[in-house]
Amino acid sequence: MKDPGKSSGMHFHRRAFLQGSGAVAAATAISGGAAEAASRASRLVRSKTQITLHVNGSDHQVAVEPRDTLLDVLRYQLDLTAAKPVSSDGSSGASTVLVDGKPMTASTLLAIACRGKKIETCESVSSHHPDRICRTFVKHDSLQCGFCTPGFVVAVRAFLKRHPDATREQIRQGLNGNLCRCGTYADMIEAVVDLVKGGGNG
Amino acid sequence: MAKTGYAWPSREKSRLLGKSHDRIDGLVKATGEAKYTYDVNLKNQLIVKCLSAPFGHLRITKLDTAPAKEIPGVVEVLVFPHAGVGKEIQWDGELLVAVAAESESAAREGVQAIRFDYEKLDVFTNEEDLEAAKAAGRTMRTRSSEPTTEREPGDDDDEDEFYEAEFKRLFDQCDVVVEGFYGIPVITHCCLEPHGSTLEYKDGKLRVYLSTQNVSGTDDGFAKALEMGADQVEVICQYIGGGFGSKFSPGYWGIAAARLAKSTGRPIKFMLDRDQELKIAGNRPSGYIKVRLGADKNGEIKVWDSHQWGTSGYRGGGVSDRVVPYVIQAPSRRVRATPIKVNAMQAAAWRAPNHPQACVMTQCALDDLAARLGISSLDVFLRNVKHISSRQKQEVYAAELKRAAELIDWKSKWHPHGKGPAKGSVVEGLGIALHTWGGTANNSECRLRIYPDGGVESFCGTQDLGTGTRTVCALVLAETFGLNVEDVRVNIGDSKYPPSGASGGSTTVGAVCESHRRAAQDALARLFETVAPKLSAKPDELEVGVGCIRVKGKPDRSLSWREACALLGLKPLEVTASHKRGAASPLSDEGVGGVQIAHVAVDRDTGVVRMKQFVAVQDMGLIVNRKTATSQVHGAVIMGIAYALFEERILDPSTGQFVNAELADYKLPRIGDVGEIVVDLYEPEDQRARGVIGLGEPPVISPGAAISNAVCNALGVRVPVLPLTPKRVLDAIRQANGRG
Ligand code: FES
Repeated sequence: MKDPGKSSGMHFHRRAFLQGSGAVAAATAISGGAAEAASRASRLVRSKTQITLHVNGSDHQVAVEPRDTLLDVLRYQLDLTAAKPVSSDGSSGASTVLVDGKPMTASTLLAIACRGKKIETCESVSSHHPDRICRTFVKHDSLQCGFCTPGFVVAVRAFLKRHPDATREQIRQGLNGNLCRCGTYADMIEAVVDLVKGGGNG
Repeated sequence: MAKTGYAWPSREKSRLLGKSHDRIDGLVKATGEAKYTYDVNLKNQLIVKCLSAPFGHLRITKLDTAPAKEIPGVVEVLVFPHAGVGKEIQWDGELLVAVAAESESAAREGVQAIRFDYEKLDVFTNEEDLEAAKAAGRTMRTRSSEPTTEREPGDDDDEDEFYEAEFKRLFDQCDVVVEGFYGIPVITHCCLEPHGSTLEYKDGKLRVYLSTQNVSGTDDGFAKALEMGADQVEVICQYIGGGFGSKFSPGYWGIAAARLAKSTGRPIKFMLDRDQELKIAGNRPSGYIKVRLGADKNGEIKVWDSHQWGTSGYRGGGVSDRVVPYVIQAPSRRVRATPIKVNAMQAAAWRAPNHPQACVMTQCALDDLAARLGISSLDVFLRNVKHISSRQKQEVYAAELKRAAELIDWKSKWHPHGKGPAKGSVVEGLGIALHTWGGTANNSECRLRIYPDGGVESFCGTQDLGTGTRTVCALVLAETFGLNVEDVRVNIGDSKYPPSGASGGSTTVGAVCESHRRAAQDALARLFETVAPKLSAKPDELEVGVGCIRVKGKPDRSLSWREACALLGLKPLEVTASHKRGAASPLSDEGVGGVQIAHVAVDRDTGVVRMKQFVAVQDMGLIVNRKTATSQVHGAVIMGIAYALFEERILDPSTGQFVNAELADYKLPRIGDVGEIVVDLYEPEDQRARGVIGLGEPPVISPGAAISNAVCNALGVRVPVLPLTPKRVLDAIRQANGRG
């Protein structure tokens, strides 16, 4: 089951957006007016706007083009690389961040649409000050290569807020928005079960 | 210096080995601090995106990159050498042009501005249909292994005629002959971190952050392509987001990145897009097989005769006929294999190359034999243990079969194929499979320093794929020195460190255990020499205690580790030790077995297969870190569930396009799909005594066959081709009903 918090009108499909915006311009030879119109559209897409993004408790000034995703801005402008580019359509959940407390995939959000919102990435904690979710993931070895892990950690944060007493069955049902290729699911279920019981607080 | 006798401490004397330990880089990964190749942002870097082939077979008729160069932000455009006008491209997704730009958006816009046209050429993708492949002229010469039979052909016999007659005779002697067709299509590696690099070329030197399984072996490739000395190239990979056998070389995209860095004078980040990753960065060959299997009425196999086909891509290939029949081999057997060429990127090594497919292609037939005889497949497997050909002992397989059966509660859950009780439309079933793997220790060298302040630091050009290699290195050092894991510093993931083999074929943990234990024992012997006079003892009278060095049997005569190291004076003690692949060693071995049993529920109305429970019994010699060993097996089983039930490459037969090359369409299991997984690490004393053996591949081999067999046990109908999607399940039921 998809996480209900993840369906939102703010999302778009990156490829469709690029094509619809005219950035696709001259994929095959277009002549005259059409090409001009396309290039006008491209210029529009490229113009930068200064915005403030509120990330992990502090404000950041960034210059964004309308087509820039939140993920690109986090990774390339703020060097916050915990959210990963795995699938442009958000189907891997690897770019999951919290936007006003709701889990969303940063790869399908436009940065410009995130003005005024509270964004929380996996990096809101650190290895020196880890939260109990990170500690419990390590305790149960719920990570291997670790590329999917930050996305899962954020998804679990959101999940536990809504389901602090989740049963094993609810855990199996409620974290299907994220994908792991190394196969850490079995150990992740144990970590979340432990977290529900209050694990990781010590 | 006395020669050190390399050995592992006994189970009782091991303070850390074989216990469960958190991985030392766990928190760095969980908090997102770990920097993968994709995450390394170099100042002033350019981002590369590529135009790739949109059709399965084409000839380029037009390629004008000038408009791309006009796009603001685009800095450089590179046409790949294989992609000029007039060139023929054999598969969908092949990279044609690389565009380096100030941002991803600009690079993508540049790609889309390229004027490109092509002529469509004939496409063939139907690897499942041998006759269609023949008709299309896409088959290669059929390979036949030398048949193994009771009688040998005489000098005057025509061999073909002789074997036809001999196999007829052998099959006629059997009580039962089972005929079957089985298949397992191409899947991809689908690493979540795509292939690629972030690199910079500066002052004649190339520094490459590469997503690689081969830190010590890729500098050469870059050096050759750029005509520079390998010593001028540094390859770094601290963290890698999956490889599974597909990330051993720089790749032509890696070389292109280096060229772009050189020509632009700017750092380059060149990572494949998701669809490119699935289309061109690694896939596993398909295998289809027709089998005749003869046996006696108790299910003991006598004769095997098979013809297989499949593909590794545009150059043919397919599953190796040398691993068929897999592990369990009938005394008389004949195997033929016909490679098929399709319009798709050539395959790469995929975790346990050939074995998962061969396991399906063999052990589904064995299970069909049980079904035909109406007896338990556990009995059939046990009866045929004597026909197991493996580097692991038959007794170990027998013990593992019994252990797995106990854990899944075979006795109370088993029913004959298709005869279980139905709950509504849902029926359940059990299926078995078993496997083998080598897992020898690869080449590895470790440089170790003990500092006068007690610090311990190692350097080794290996890599941690997520298996916990870093932690294994630390455990071995800490165990040897009587220290804690936090007291040692492990440095890996850099080609400037002493070389260590590529991580492929479950060879890494053995490799680093060899080099690190050897280095640590050598260093300790030297430290004992330094310390002995102070303790008024001979070096060979000393031993390590927890945090101390002491005289054996005299615990009061000891120095703390720090005190002992202070005796080194000003200079650190440095030793280098290595292991050569294939050299006999008391520290490592090769050849494991392993048995798995799946318990599934199948809905006959919807065709949906659900995993209920999965038992994996696995030997691996000596266990180093129980926690990461267990999670390795969990992960392998889940990857097995993926190819058994969900994933496959789907090529459009008319265009050759890989139509499901995005993660929304390339189906992989999610957390709710994997059921309960029970892992039993089989480590009796005689296995532990063999030393360390690699574990990454073996448990990924059996799930396909075990799950297929479980579904067959539930339904009483074989669903012949993986993955067992609802459609395939329903088709098989319908076909069986039609016949019956
Ligand atoms: S840990 Fe590797 S993808 Fe999840």
